Parts: sequence; C-alpha cells; structure tokens
Amino acid sequence: MIALLKRDLVLAFRAGGGFGLGLAFFLIVTVLVPFSVGPQSALLSSIAPGVLWLGALLACLLSLDRLLALDWEDGTLDLLATAPLPLESVVTMKALAHWLTTGLPLVLAAPVLGVLLNLPAPGFVWLVVSLLLGTPALSVVGTFGAALTVGLKRGGLLLSLLVLPLYVPTLIFGAEVARRGAAGMEVATPLLMLAGITAAAIALLPFASAAVLRVNLR
Amino acid sequence: MTLTVTDLAIARGGIPVLEGLNFALAPGRALILRGPNGAGKTTLLRTLAGLQPPLAGRIEGAEDRIAYAGHSDGLKPTLSVTENLMFWAAVFGGRDIAPALDAFALGELAERHAGNLSAGQKRRLGLARLLVTGRPIWMLDEPTVSLDRDAVAMFADAVRAHLGQGGSALIATHIDLGLEAEVLDVGPYRARPAPLDDPDGDFL
Repeated sequence: MIALLKRDLVLAFRAGGGFGLGLAFFLIVTVLVPFSVGPQSALLSSIAPGVLWLGALLACLLSLDRLLALDWEDGTLDLLATAPLPLESVVTMKALAHWLTTGLPLVLAAPVLGVLLNLPAPGFVWLVVSLLLGTPALSVVGTFGAALTVGLKRGGLLLSLLVLPLYVPTLIFGAEVARRGAAGMEVATPLLMLAGITAAAIALLPFASAAVLRVNLR
Repeated sequence: MTLTVTDLAIARGGIPVLEGLNFALAPGRALILRGPNGAGKTTLLRTLAGLQPPLAGRIEGAEDRIAYAGHSDGLKPTLSVTENLMFWAAVFGGRDIAPALDAFALGELAERHAGNLSAGQKRRLGLARLLVTGRPIWMLDEPTVSLDRDAVAMFADAVRAHLGQGGSALIATHIDLGLEAEVLDVGPYRARPAPLDDPDGDFL
C-alpha cells in the first residue's frame, strides 16, 4: 500500500505528472473573479468564501480523469487487480495520493487567494478548516467517478457530469462554514455536517469504487 | 498444489467463446495454449487470473497464486527500470530485484526511464516482473511479442528455471519456445453459438 502511494506521488512530481496544474487553475479562476464582478470590495468580500470553495472544487475535478485512466491504459490496473493488494486499498491509496497532490496544496493556497478577494479576517481560519475537512471527500468521491468511467474514451467529460452533482453536499456545507466564519457567526452545525459527509464518504465509497472497478476490468 | 479446471465455460463481451474446458496443471509443468485469433485464449487467461468470472465450471488452486502478464506490461514511462521493478516487488511482498534484472539482462538499463526503452526491452522488463512476484503459476499472454531471438531464449530459460523450482506456467503463444510442455488446443472447445431467438416459433 505504501509502495503504491509512494509511486503515485513520485509519478505526480515527475514530468507530465500534473502536479500543480490544479493549483494553477485555482489561482487563475480566483484572480479572474474580481475582473468579472468589478472592483467592489464589499461585494467581493461577501462572495469570497463561495468563490474560493467553487474554485477549489473545480480544481479538484481537473485532475480526476487521469487518476485511474493512466493505470488502465498501460495495463497496471489489471496487474494490480491480480496482486495481493485488495482493490479497496488500491482505490483508497489512489484517493489519498490525489488529495496529497491536489487537495492539500489547495488548502494551503486558499488563504493567500482569500486576500485577493478581500475575505474578512475572521474567515481565514474557517476557510482553511472547511477546506481541510471537505477536500478529502472531493478526492474520494472523485475516485469513485473515475472508477465508473475507467476504460471509456473521452470519459473525462462524463466524469465531470457524474461527479459534480455528488459534490453538492460538500460544497453547500463547506462554503457555509467559510461564509459563517467570515461573518463571525456560529459554525458548529455546518462544520459537523461537513465532517460527517467526509467521514461517510471515506468509510463507504472505497468499497463502491472497488466494486465498479472489478466490473469495468472484465 | 495443482491448478484444476473443471467444465469451464467463459464469455467475452457477453458472448460465450469456450465451453467444456477441462485440464490440470501440476507443479513443474508447463502448458502451451494454442488456437486461432479470437479463439478465447486471452479470455481464458483473464478468467483464470480472476479478472473476470467464468460462465460455468470450477477453477481450483488459482486463488492468490497467479502472476498474470497480459498484452500490456504495466510500466510507468517516467519511472526508471529499477523503480518500476521495485514497485512491483513491494506490492508482491518485497523480493530482491537483482535476480530478475540478471535473468533478462536489464542490468545496464537499470537507471534508464522505461519510456526510453525499445518495445523488446519493455517486454523484457514486463517479464522480469514475473520473477519478483514470487507467485507459483505464471499466466502469460503472448509473452514473446517484440522479443528478439536472444531474448526469447532468455525467456525460455527463465520459464525452465521457474518450472525447476516447482512453479508452473500457462502460456498462450504461436511460436515454438523449445520447452518440454503439453499443448492444449482450445479450438475443439469453441462454444456453439446460442440458438437464435425465435419469438414466432411457437405459432408456426
């Protein structure tokens, strides 16, 4: 398991691995927002939590289609399926590697981009906390979507259509935590909901991902 | 432990390709699969490796004992030869990769990225992976594609050594490897096409 995680991290950092693409996308989307809504700092600071969450979510989506497709194309998935490693742990490690190379950098970059959008000072902590709690669910749900579409030509677009609706609960509660935090309100309820969604996704979805992967490998 | 296949029927894409297949593969023996293109050799190997369920019949003694090598080698172009092999060694329980590098003369390519290897060199690396798995039954699908004559001899030596250590091998190939092996022609086991749907039959 550790070998698989290490290999995926090494592959992400090597040439063509795509590390940093999601981060750069997040940066560009966030920078474009003030251009489109105009330089009104009051408006920007009220939409900042939602925009940052939406940007992070789309950036996560960007690298999903490579998550399992590359391993499918070069035959690695077939060989992994016959290895002593259960497919459940294969997809869990894949999701973890995706989070470490995509989700975690987004969490760390978000406060810097919050400054660009004039995010109110009390919101920074809650923005980071909500992203830290929510992005693992994005990776796990995304891995499930990638397992569903593995082996399909042009599966990337279908993957987005399948995964985006599944991201809705995480987006609602994640952005709510950040918004309430920025407004100085009580955040406990959405925070618990967000943590619950993430915990359930991590606990259940690897089994679903492994099951659809077995069907798709036939 | 012997791999035993009883009354096996397999399908590809929902269409039955082979049925009534019976054979046993004892330790130390090799079995060569023959048959025309599309006869179901690959499907048989994938079914035995556990990648797809059989339509009917039993497979015994295959669980967690098979090292499968299909048409693709599962190599990552941006990892070096050593890194690729180390990864598979770690997944299969951490064996030393040096004997595998030696058996397929990959020593001087060890630091090269797999993406820069020739097709034959990639295949040799793919076959070297079998040695680090430590699995007793090798299931090989056209293992000699793009290998030159020396590499084919290397491969035959590796299979002989594996059989000598009590392993066994099931190889789908069209060339003569010079191995002492039984031959299983899958042609006679071809599944008969299912009767066509005839919804009007009862009325006529």
